[in-house]
Amino acid sequence: MPLSAYILLSAALFSLGVYGALTRRNAIGLLVSVELMANAANINLVAFSRYLGAAEGQALTLFTIALTVAEAVVGLSLVLLLYRSRKSLQVEDAAEMKG
Amino acid sequence: MGAFIAFAVIAAALLASAFMAVSTKNLVRSVLWLALTLFCTGALYVTLEADFLASMQVILYTGGVITLMLFTVMLTDEIHRVDRASTSGRRMAGGLLAACVFGAISAVVWVSDLPALPETNTITAKTIGRSFMTEHLLAFEALSMLLLAAIIGAIVLARRRDP
Repeated sequence: MPLSAYILLSAALFSLGVYGALTRRNAIGLLVSVELMANAANINLVAFSRYLGAAEGQALTLFTIALTVAEAVVGLSLVLLLYRSRKSLQVEDAAEMKG
Repeated sequence: MGAFIAFAVIAAALLASAFMAVSTKNLVRSVLWLALTLFCTGALYVTLEADFLASMQVILYTGGVITLMLFTVMLTDEIHRVDRASTSGRRMAGGLLAACVFGAISAVVWVSDLPALPETNTITAKTIGRSFMTEHLLAFEALSMLLLAAIIGAIVLARRRDP
């Protein structure tokens, strides 16, 4: 497969993530979209690493996988905290700090 | 030919499951579709001969993150509730912007000069581990600090306050 096939695939995945992040109104739905976008970036890194023959891309991907997992852990505990104080996960219900 | 068929099947499953993950109303289903997307990404890593990363992808994402997300959905009330439907205007704006992102990236891919596939693959788990232990040692240590911070942060945030 040419490299452009992988890049276009990851671009499509990233666009789906953007669509989800803009239309979802639920905090967990937003996290799902963010995971999709992070995965699209990872696919690009691994594809370039394979086509350039450089190990840095894969090391960087391991790094971002660990970062995304840490982000999911903290994000989900924030979601639990939000639910405990609002009894809802809709992001509009947590808007009292809006200026 | 075989590689093309494998890529086509994985790409179709990846895009279909990602679309379902962002469009389905039920959150449990959305998270399970995300699990399929992440698994397909792991399969894509296999076609790129990154087998160590593929195993890490399945263990950490499908095993860890998805389980956590399912637990959160089920611990909160959201399992009984469907996501409040977005207005059609918002959906249209989101779709338009996503299409713009895709169009911009495709245009860049179209005009740029991309490298061809080299015959041999020299990247193994050994090379990755070696680069983590030698030239990227600082990043590796920073990552372990970050994971520690995430663990402590999650405990502090999720702990029930004493009345």
